[in-house]
Amino acid sequence: MPKPLPGAIDCDVHPSVPGMKSLMPHLSDHWAEVIDQSGLPDLETWNYPPGAPLTARSDWRPQARKPAANVEAMRVETLDRWGTGIAICNALYGVQTLFNEDLAAGLCRGLNTWLAREWLDRDPRLRGSIVLPVQSVERSVDEIEHWANDKRFVQVLMLVGGETPLGRRHNWPIYAAAARHGLPVGIHAGSSFRHPTTPVGWTSYYTEDYVNQSLAFQTQLASLICEGVFSKYPDLRVVLIESGVSWLPAHIWHLDKFWKGLRMEVPWVDRPPFEIVRDHVRLTAQPLDGPATPVAFGQFMEQMGSDKLLLFASDYPHWQFDGDDAVPDVISPTLARKMQFDNPRETYRRLEETKS
Amino acid sequence: MSTRHVVARASDVPDGTRKRVTVDGRDIALFNVRGEFFATLDRCPHRGGSFCEGRQTGLVESNEPGVYTYTRQGEIIRCPWHGWEFDLRTGRSKSAPSQWRARTFEVTVAHGDQLEDTSLALEMFPVAVEEDYIVLTLPAARSRSRE
Repeated sequence: MPKPLPGAIDCDVHPSVPGMKSLMPHLSDHWAEVIDQSGLPDLETWNYPPGAPLTARSDWRPQARKPAANVEAMRVETLDRWGTGIAICNALYGVQTLFNEDLAAGLCRGLNTWLAREWLDRDPRLRGSIVLPVQSVERSVDEIEHWANDKRFVQVLMLVGGETPLGRRHNWPIYAAAARHGLPVGIHAGSSFRHPTTPVGWTSYYTEDYVNQSLAFQTQLASLICEGVFSKYPDLRVVLIESGVSWLPAHIWHLDKFWKGLRMEVPWVDRPPFEIVRDHVRLTAQPLDGPATPVAFGQFMEQMGSDKLLLFASDYPHWQFDGDDAVPDVISPTLARKMQFDNPRETYRRLEETKS
Repeated sequence: MSTRHVVARASDVPDGTRKRVTVDGRDIALFNVRGEFFATLDRCPHRGGSFCEGRQTGLVESNEPGVYTYTRQGEIIRCPWHGWEFDLRTGRSKSAPSQWRARTFEVTVAHGDQLEDTSLALEMFPVAVEEDYIVLTLPAARSRSRE
């Protein structure tokens, strides 16, 4: 059953900002003037190079504009085509790379306003993630508070590669605000480029950068667990988006193993890390990098130890599959249904509050 | 029926130290924690490290990240091989208490003059009436064989 089920919840789609000009009507007069005067260019980054095959499927790549640059394209190419019930929009625009935190906050406000006006207002199936100006914890909290009452925003969004490990305590006001408002923290592949994209230095090729995202995810997950974020905020959920999934059991086994002997260093981690992961962490399953046969994939799911961890996502318009094969065929029908309905609803509680 | 064995002079295991003794061919670790004696099989249930070679420490716990409580100094033994912590009172490991448990034994201290005329296995020691001795109680052989 490669095609999504009618009414499925797609946990990762990417509306493209057509260009800086399209944000201008949604910026404050001050920031619109600053950007106009300075000629700040479009914030495309090497996280998703515009011409890379991964960035957009060839049949979703129009010549005249960016892919997924308006709601009509998204309707034709995914929502109407698959009968999608809900799609969660994660805007990837390079606001996280700026060093001026005031500008970053101004642009994030504009970006989130653009998402609300140009997307969420225009299709009742769409939900959004609040893009945070991660350069500043205070301004990130401001951004959460600004949008928290709009229940169509179901998550906050950060990139996996930032300034410091995400578990570090100076970040905690973000988690407090997210937990207070019932917003999972979505951590998407991508970097602010404050550090090399791997732990050993810069790589030469995009292939390496993209694949090595999983190392950043591993580091961030260990940081969140070891620093005690989930002990401090027991209601917090974290969603790893476009992270790949097959690294998870191996990495958390590793953490479990060494936690047994080093527990006293992080005594607030009062149970095996894999238990914490199963209670607090979810992963979108596009791309799916697991074993290639249904039997082997079933063994992998046994290693995951729960059928609640994976969320269906198309990752539209990124090129992860062809045609309508959005649900990888190694996934059993039972799990596929859970990933498309039960698991997203359990993860994004706000979906219940905005049933249309 | 359990058996009782005089295994050491109390003065052989001063406060804060440990001593390995062998009873019926089995290595047993004796610990003195502030005058209180504990005994475990000297073999970590995980992979067999010798507790006698491990570090005696206290219990680190936390109610909140960044807040530490440190209690029960000396009552936790860390296996020298993988650092796992075991509670000398219960034998239970801290990370998986229901899954990993070190074998513990009952220990008492008796004055030399109390050791006469008992069923104690005294063969290991000439006992002097004026000294204190560590007495280990081992379970009956049949139950031991099921370990």
